[in-house]
Amino acid sequence: ANSSSLWRKSASILQRREMCLGVLPDHVDRSSDAFTRNSELMQDLLTQLHSNIAKVLAGGGPEAVKRNRSRNKLLPRERIERLIDAGSSFLELSQLAGHDLYEDPLPSGGIITGIGPVHGRLCMFVANDPTVKGGTYYPITVKKHLRAQEIASQCNLPCLYLVDSGGAFLPKQAEVFPDKENFGRIFYNQAIMSAQGIPQIALVLGSCTAGGAYIPAMADESVMVKGNGTIFLAGPPLVKAATGEEISAEDLGGAKVHCKISGVSDYFAQDELHALATGRNIVKNLYMAGQKEAPGVMHYVAAEHKEPLYDVNELRSIASIDLKQQFDIRSVIARIVDGSEFDEFKKLYGTTLVAGFARIYGQSVGILGNNGVLFNESALKGTHFIELCTQRNIPLVFLQNITGFMVGSKAEANGIAKSGAKMVMAVSCAKVPKITIVVGGSFGAGNYAMCGRAYSPNFMFFWPNARISVMGGAQAAGVLADVERGSKKKRGIQWTSEEEAAFKAKVEAAYDREGSPYYSTARLWDDGIIDPADTRKVIGLCISASTMNRAPEETKFGVFRM
Amino acid sequence: PETGGGGVGKKMIEKILIANRGEIACRVMRTAKRLGIRTVAVYSDADRDSLHVKFADEAVRIGPPPAKLSYLKADSILQAAKMTGAQAIHPGYGFLSENAEFAQLCEDEGVSFIGPPPSAIRNMGDKSASKRIMGEAGVPLVPGYHGNDQDIDLMKSEAEKIGYPVLIKPTHGGGGKGMRIVQNQNEFVESFLAARREAAASFGVDTILLEKYITRPRHIEVQVFGDKHGNVIYLYERDCSVQRRHQKIIEEAPAVTIAFYILGSNFQFLLLQPNVTDDFRSQMGQAAVAAAKAVGYYNAGTVEFIVDTLSGQFYFMEMNTRLQVVSPSSENVEHPVTEMIVGQDLVEWQIRVANGEALPIVQSEVPLSGHAFEARIYAENVPKGFLPATGVLHHYRPVPASETVRVETGVEQGDAVSMHYDPMIAKLVVWGENRAAALVAGLPTNINFLFKLANHGAFESAQVETHFIEHHKNELFSDSTNSELMEEGYKSATRSAMFVAACLSKMEINKAKRIHQGERSSLSIWYSDPPFRVNYCANHDLELEWENDYSTGGPMPMKFLITYQQDGSSVIEIHLNRSLSGVRAQPSVCACNSILSLSLFAHSLYSCLFLFFEDVVLYSLMCIWQDKSKKIHIWHGSQYHHFSQKIGLELSSEDESETGNQPATSETASHGPGTVVAPMAGVVVKVLAKNGDKVEAGQPVLVMEAMKMEHVVKAPSSGFVHGLQVAPGQQLSDGSALFTIKRYWGSTEMVVP
Repeated sequence: ANSSSLWRKSASILQRREMCLGVLPDHVDRSSDAFTRNSELMQDLLTQLHSNIAKVLAGGGPEAVKRNRSRNKLLPRERIERLIDAGSSFLELSQLAGHDLYEDPLPSGGIITGIGPVHGRLCMFVANDPTVKGGTYYPITVKKHLRAQEIASQCNLPCLYLVDSGGAFLPKQAEVFPDKENFGRIFYNQAIMSAQGIPQIALVLGSCTAGGAYIPAMADESVMVKGNGTIFLAGPPLVKAATGEEISAEDLGGAKVHCKISGVSDYFAQDELHALATGRNIVKNLYMAGQKEAPGVMHYVAAEHKEPLYDVNELRSIASIDLKQQFDIRSVIARIVDGSEFDEFKKLYGTTLVAGFARIYGQSVGILGNNGVLFNESALKGTHFIELCTQRNIPLVFLQNITGFMVGSKAEANGIAKSGAKMVMAVSCAKVPKITIVVGGSFGAGNYAMCGRAYSPNFMFFWPNARISVMGGAQAAGVLADVERGSKKKRGIQWTSEEEAAFKAKVEAAYDREGSPYYSTARLWDDGIIDPADTRKVIGLCISASTMNRAPEETKFGVFRM
Repeated sequence: PETGGGGVGKKMIEKILIANRGEIACRVMRTAKRLGIRTVAVYSDADRDSLHVKFADEAVRIGPPPAKLSYLKADSILQAAKMTGAQAIHPGYGFLSENAEFAQLCEDEGVSFIGPPPSAIRNMGDKSASKRIMGEAGVPLVPGYHGNDQDIDLMKSEAEKIGYPVLIKPTHGGGGKGMRIVQNQNEFVESFLAARREAAASFGVDTILLEKYITRPRHIEVQVFGDKHGNVIYLYERDCSVQRRHQKIIEEAPAVTIAFYILGSNFQFLLLQPNVTDDFRSQMGQAAVAAAKAVGYYNAGTVEFIVDTLSGQFYFMEMNTRLQVVSPSSENVEHPVTEMIVGQDLVEWQIRVANGEALPIVQSEVPLSGHAFEARIYAENVPKGFLPATGVLHHYRPVPASETVRVETGVEQGDAVSMHYDPMIAKLVVWGENRAAALVAGLPTNINFLFKLANHGAFESAQVETHFIEHHKNELFSDSTNSELMEEGYKSATRSAMFVAACLSKMEINKAKRIHQGERSSLSIWYSDPPFRVNYCANHDLELEWENDYSTGGPMPMKFLITYQQDGSSVIEIHLNRSLSGVRAQPSVCACNSILSLSLFAHSLYSCLFLFFEDVVLYSLMCIWQDKSKKIHIWHGSQYHHFSQKIGLELSSEDESETGNQPATSETASHGPGTVVAPMAGVVVKVLAKNGDKVEAGQPVLVMEAMKMEHVVKAPSSGFVHGLQVAPGQQLSDGSALFTIKRYWGSTEMVVP
């Protein structure tokens, strides 16, 4: 008995050691000046973020909200709140789209998008905000709508359109109507997704005029609310002008007309709550309709998971505001992965790129994070790791804090362009879900290799301290000043140092403005700015959304330059 | 069991039929089973699945639900006894227990009737005969004049002899008709003449009797027990002074006052000075024994006395010829109180006495240990004047029984409290200083009323008398004109409502979490606690309706905003005239171990229970899903509130295909304005008006009967009766429309066709 208990004891020690193998140590120095300074600066950034968010949550302002309420209509987020399962999470996208983009504020770009579960089935919500410019489509509104459809298509998420819109914003019709990625693309996407078997559901909760009329008309199933919901190609004033016919909006294109006579809509709702409940029901029935097996089941998800060993809120203090100050990306990884367990790949090789396997809420992930500039070795290591993950169908998480690839004669002679190209090839072709979080800088070709927007990550988010541009402001100012000086010299003009400084300052200011995450998120270069402390949750939800309804795809790489 | 001394050739009882139902039947069966005697239950169609049927060894159906056709049907019961070979019938209490013919019939048919001899039942059933017998036996009677000489001067001098105040009562009739209380001699003549007139008009006989009126009476009963060998002993007394609808709801034994306080939903007892002396007790006991002997009594019985609390005199009222009841129509039983202080099983004594055995003890051996108290829990709606309530008992969590706490219950969770019988759910019997807790939900009950009663100062200070409830009704029933109480009630309801809101939101998250837990996919992370939102806190509105017990104004809507904080707590804000006033529900409040009980109840009966503490106050929250709403009951301290929350949509009956052109206004409400609905389920007894009749506000329109009680339905306003479609004998369900009163305007009276 003694020996057996001894044996068990040693076995448990072995087991414990094995479990401890990949646990990241805590190297964060909480007493350092940098830690304190970062915390304070991040706090300011978060205060700024939250005040901006508070503004967009208020929609089109108290007057418009009051008017909306007087029509017995809910605000778009309240509508979504009643559609998703009680007590469930909602991953809202691009809350600050349209931020400082136009002369007038356009909160949330006039449209709310995001992912949440309905009867246990993840859905993409696209909800017009009638309190913002009558729910009309600005260029950024169209872009946000299309982005939501893109995600839905990529992740195989049923789409719920909560329609309450006056159609295209006419003064900007040139930027809204004609191009490929413009208004018409919305209906194209609906058709293509419907063909792919991705349910398209429209709830007509307000007006749905002109082009907007096609959203419910193109939907697989649609619901209309008595009184508030109207669908017509031309409203009563236009009808009167065109044909002289005088008719009320309700008689022209109300719920009764379309549910009873025209057949444009399928479900009649007594009021908005009834419409929302009907919407939930439609999704419930989707779920019931015997799919063979939810593809998500094929992804192995551990039933139980551990929380990280270290406080996630410390991410707010780790992220450096001064991008010249490098921070160990492992201290970020330690706060987003289960049990802070991270099994590092090629730890000793190409050390400026950290790669390894971990789990987030029980879901397997391969993580790539920057610990400095990308060298030849780092790029090769990254390529290798991406190949591993695609082979095994493991989602990739990119933690971007990158100034770019190494420059200089040595690097060029080593074929850094070739190595970078390999990594870009791998990132481009990888068919596994990809999530990109910009935790610091996102500059130059580093942005490409680390799965920037152009590489179609399923989701991409910024921390408030992040910066994005082709190169740093100072470097750009230097390069541009050189060019300018040369050009002036050709024309025989003398450039004073004051003039040069002013020129550089102007360039730097422009880079500073355009490199801001607000500039990015306003234009939908990303899917939103998040609090660093929410990173783990957001990645977890993104991976879940990306894998749940989607069967693994086979990756085929192009020609790697050897 | 060994054979007793006097087994007069009769066979020992081996099988008993219990001619009763519910809690009473169960009580008898428990003793029988302990004695190794087999049991037979009888049941009506309404009780097919009742506890007493399941509990018995055999069960026989005896007829349809009305008691007249089942539990009161002597021949069916006897037939059942013969069919099953039962040697004895225990009548229980109520139903046939006081029926001399039935007792006689049993004896004639050779079945042993476990109860007193038929002759004693007959003698005691006749009130004037019993008073005569008692008077002859020297038992003190209420001073009075019962003579045939109705001369007014003679009567007046008799009244003076008795001493004012005096009660003038017609010899015939009842129900208080023609009764007068005369405070002094100056009032006598006028009252006497009025009473005589009224008696003549009402009963056709104008004879009057006089009795001493006892201003502050106490109602005390003495339990007696006799065997077939002439031995009678008394087993102390019970105080049953606190009554509702002339039925006792709280009683004590011995007749000392036990004050009890409420802590959470626990009763806590404090023994006070006894106000019945040993001397008084033995005097009353001896009088009771004398009364029993005077009618040759054996088996269990109760002698009721009325005590004048001013003079300390006691007088014989009546003798109940069984193991106590209150009124012939009630199946209530008080013996648990006595049993607890005496430490004997009186049902066992009954069976043994029926077997011919002698009493096991003599008077000097009767022990007296401790004090006992009993509260009865009825399904009834206290704010509606103790109207019985019917419905399904959704949640029933009796106190765990122990040696000192006994719960006599005939119901189980899920049982229906039907309109055919008494709505008593359970009796809580507590002995000594122990605590007990009982929660009943799903039906309006009188528990809250009991709490209030128990908390009343006068009850604590032992000022108990029969008119207790009436005298203190302003304090016991918070009335709507009392704005201070209303204000206080609203405040405490608001506070309760906030906890309810916190619990409900917690419950939703939990439910969502539970559904998706253990799935082999990542779906469960979408149901985190608190729910995740990007850069803001999840929040949602919650609307509750406070079922306001403090006024007749109907349910009061309350609207809340619940915000889930990242630290796991939630902030509950109430919308009060647009402004928000909030409390922060800390995680400690909501992170209760109740989650376990939640899952425990949620599956079986669509109900769940939360328990949590705030400081030291225990909160108890109960949720029941009924129809399209959630009923929430919350208890904390002595406070109790209930709320309802709509779940699902309430859609108008408007058909989808016929929409659009109809006016969608309040006209679509289920009953139009002025409609009078049945206050409870019951049978129509009398219809006093017809369609088109002009009625005044408060004028009776029809009479219903339910739970053996008559209820008059009155016109709520002046006008014409319209849409009256009920007829006597018709069965009505709770809330069904009875008639409408159409207003008339000014002098031009429009006749309703």
